[in-house]
Amino acid sequence: MTSRVAICAVAQTKYEADKWDVRMQGMVWEVVKQVRAQTGLDFGDDGIEAAVTVSDDVFDARTISDSAVTDVVGAHFRGEEKVASDGAQGVYYAVATILSGKHDVVLLAGHCKESQAASRNMVTHLAFDPFFTRPVGLDYLAAAALQADAYMRKTGVTEDQLADVVVRSRQWAAKNPVARDATPLTRDDVLASPMLADPIRESFMYPITDGAVAMILASEERARDITDRPVWVTGLGNCYDSFFLGERDLAGNFALERAAARAYCMAGIKNPVTAFDVVELCDQCAHQMPQWAEGLGLCAAGGGAVWLAEGGPDCHSVNRSGGMLAGNPLMLGGMARVAEAVLQLRGDAGARQAQGAKRALAHGCCGPAGQLQVAVVLEA
Amino acid sequence: MNHDQQSCFVIEGRMALPYQYFAGAVGSRFIVALRDDKKILAVRGAKNGTTFLPPRQTCERTFESLEDNWVEVGPDGTVTGFTVIRYREPYQPQEPPYVLALIRLDGADAPIVHLVECGEVASMRVGMRVRAVFADDPVDNILAIRHFTEVK
Repeated sequence: MTSRVAICAVAQTKYEADKWDVRMQGMVWEVVKQVRAQTGLDFGDDGIEAAVTVSDDVFDARTISDSAVTDVVGAHFRGEEKVASDGAQGVYYAVATILSGKHDVVLLAGHCKESQAASRNMVTHLAFDPFFTRPVGLDYLAAAALQADAYMRKTGVTEDQLADVVVRSRQWAAKNPVARDATPLTRDDVLASPMLADPIRESFMYPITDGAVAMILASEERARDITDRPVWVTGLGNCYDSFFLGERDLAGNFALERAAARAYCMAGIKNPVTAFDVVELCDQCAHQMPQWAEGLGLCAAGGGAVWLAEGGPDCHSVNRSGGMLAGNPLMLGGMARVAEAVLQLRGDAGARQAQGAKRALAHGCCGPAGQLQVAVVLEA
Repeated sequence: MNHDQQSCFVIEGRMALPYQYFAGAVGSRFIVALRDDKKILAVRGAKNGTTFLPPRQTCERTFESLEDNWVEVGPDGTVTGFTVIRYREPYQPQEPPYVLALIRLDGADAPIVHLVECGEVASMRVGMRVRAVFADDPVDNILAIRHFTEVK
């Protein structure tokens, strides 16, 4: 059994508003082809031994929608496991599979075409229960609005600060060739966008996006054969918060603090404020940039407004990819963060490269207002 | 979705699946009391005294059975947070703009999400005291409370 797991290859499609002329299988094939080319691996005992896939049945409008991509991920050769959650959780599965000793080389592939549904809100509305929360019209947007209201009242984060988070996201996205939306915006542009659910404006919310991501993970012994530049997954943690929104501290970080503590314990990190050269966090909505920064321990709990005012996002090199705000589909928000962290640690991040980055933190979340939280520590 | 149907064939789909959810023994009692007696029932844990609304069979922390310890809560409560829904979706309970709030009913530990009818949405504020207004016709879900309204 191996003691360490490395990510040996990553590939992302360009994230786009509507890949109407590419099937979901086509998106997955595009990235699987690339990671196979990067590693020279084939399917089978000497190559990719198993697959982990990430997809959502309702976005795909198919029951057990991973069955639609089994042919492109080689599931007919060996095993396949589906994760119906953020792809950062898929990284967790793949690492666990390898650490267990069951397999040495695992392919991870995730996809989501948000554009296929008439409305993303109609998809996320179905995450709520039919008696207590669906009848009042809850969906992830309304849940994010209740969270933003609670968080901004508690911390004093202002609308102008959130607008600046969006402006900054677009500036970095312009340096990321796979980013969906790199249209420059000014603070005034952001504040002129329509209010969807107070305090969330349209531009505060990640845009409707299609895309796919693939990675190849391997045990330490195999990773050395596969690549000269392995990126080690040295810490992982996850945690769920309560299902009912009222039973959570929506302004706090119950689940993320625990997920991060588990990852930091595994990686031997004592002080997260100074531990990372690069941080990628899953900001589905602008207020989540400072809120998740608190939960990850980059600043004090409740200190998000000060952190933003003091230039925390730049000091901690947060979301040089543009972040999820620039456009990744649900299910891939955290997986795209892990992919960017790998590119940064390999020195492959082009114009957005954090020079000499050795250790990165990637974060994923899923469910209404971040019910599930995942933290991943990666090292060059 | 903006498709050039000349060069690419797109299949128009529609997911619609009539479905019957069992409300559960606990959920059924809650809904019947709400619908027929206009009473809001919660369950209380003996071990830590937490009063759960919506009610449920088991405490997620102590795993004790909660289903035999019913208490009445509300109908008054306090707004602990809110949003004004301004976007439109077909499943929404009323025409936007409308207020969706977290309301902690008197006697319950945590707030539930429900509608507040307050005239001008600009008059909404955290800490507002509100009271449940029950639906005139029988409704088999949380909308047996039609909405909450301010207690002046």
